[in-house]
Amino acid sequence: MDEIQNKEQSTSTHKIGIYLWIWGLLFVLSFFSYMVDWFAFQGFLRWTLILIFMFLKAGLIMAFFMHLYWERYALVNVLLWPMTAIAGFIILMAAEAKYTVFTRLLYFFIGG
Amino acid sequence: MSDNSLNNLPGGFKGMSHDMGSDQTAFKGVQWGKVMMWIFLLSDTFIFSCFLISYMKGRTSTVVDWPNTSEVFSLHVGGVPVPLLLIAIMTFVLITSSGTMALAVKYGYEKNRKMCGWLILATAIGGLTFVGMQVFEWSKLIHEGVRPWENPFGAKQFGSFFFMITGFHGTHVSIGVIFLFIYARKVFRGDFDNGKRGFFTTMKSDYVAIEILGLYWHFVDLVWVFIFAFFYLW
Repeated sequence: MDEIQNKEQSTSTHKIGIYLWIWGLLFVLSFFSYMVDWFAFQGFLRWTLILIFMFLKAGLIMAFFMHLYWERYALVNVLLWPMTAIAGFIILMAAEAKYTVFTRLLYFFIGG
Repeated sequence: MSDNSLNNLPGGFKGMSHDMGSDQTAFKGVQWGKVMMWIFLLSDTFIFSCFLISYMKGRTSTVVDWPNTSEVFSLHVGGVPVPLLLIAIMTFVLITSSGTMALAVKYGYEKNRKMCGWLILATAIGGLTFVGMQVFEWSKLIHEGVRPWENPFGAKQFGSFFFMITGFHGTHVSIGVIFLFIYARKVFRGDFDNGKRGFFTTMKSDYVAIEILGLYWHFVDLVWVFIFAFFYLW
């Protein structure tokens, strides 16, 4: 990676091929995620496929279109680590949602 | 990125501790405006995350069935309903405009004024198409009786999350389109070649501005990737 980094940095611009490749990949991945709905996959398979295609697309956009792959780690880490707080927030709110739906079912239908 | 002296510094995590480790510039080889844009985008990430997390919470905790988005967002082509057709086209339009923006940044750094300008213009037109289709989608749903407080398809919360999340994203796209048109004009006029000073600043214009604009535009596309996955497909 270091060699690529050095080479890219010294020319300050990247070959057009890399952008066209990423562009093509994004189209293919979007097509795949649309196919998930088209074939009406359900349950665990549906959610896994959606998440895989989503993270691949997001990763490609951030790494190459937004040039993070070529940036120094000082910037990359300042940007990516705060996002782990979001993961923590998701876990908290998922637990909270489970509790809310439990109390609603309890009081609306069983009547406490 | 254009600074050759960066090659003599250590990379990776070792380089990070060097950059952060003493009284010096932390973000080496990154223009200050670019750092500021990244930090703005990070804060924007948190806003969109809050919307999507509240959507997750609302959808999980309702005891009424959630509307089937595959049917709600289907379009009739020759009498046959095609699931999520409009949303799929919107996704492809936004990815196309993201690609043209990436190329505009590349040609900007190569000081290819014409190519850079035309590609920014193409990006702006892509963004405008996206907003146009979103207007069509909103008016279609409003005609069908979807409101922030009720809808004919299922759980009442659906409408408020739909209008809030896609509305906030659409606002970002619209602001991006305005800036794309402004910057297309600046590029064609040659501001970035002769270092003309900007309207609000005494600093000389530079093609790094195109990369900063590109960061914003790719971020809009990035957010759409998450909205498409969680709101429309899930």
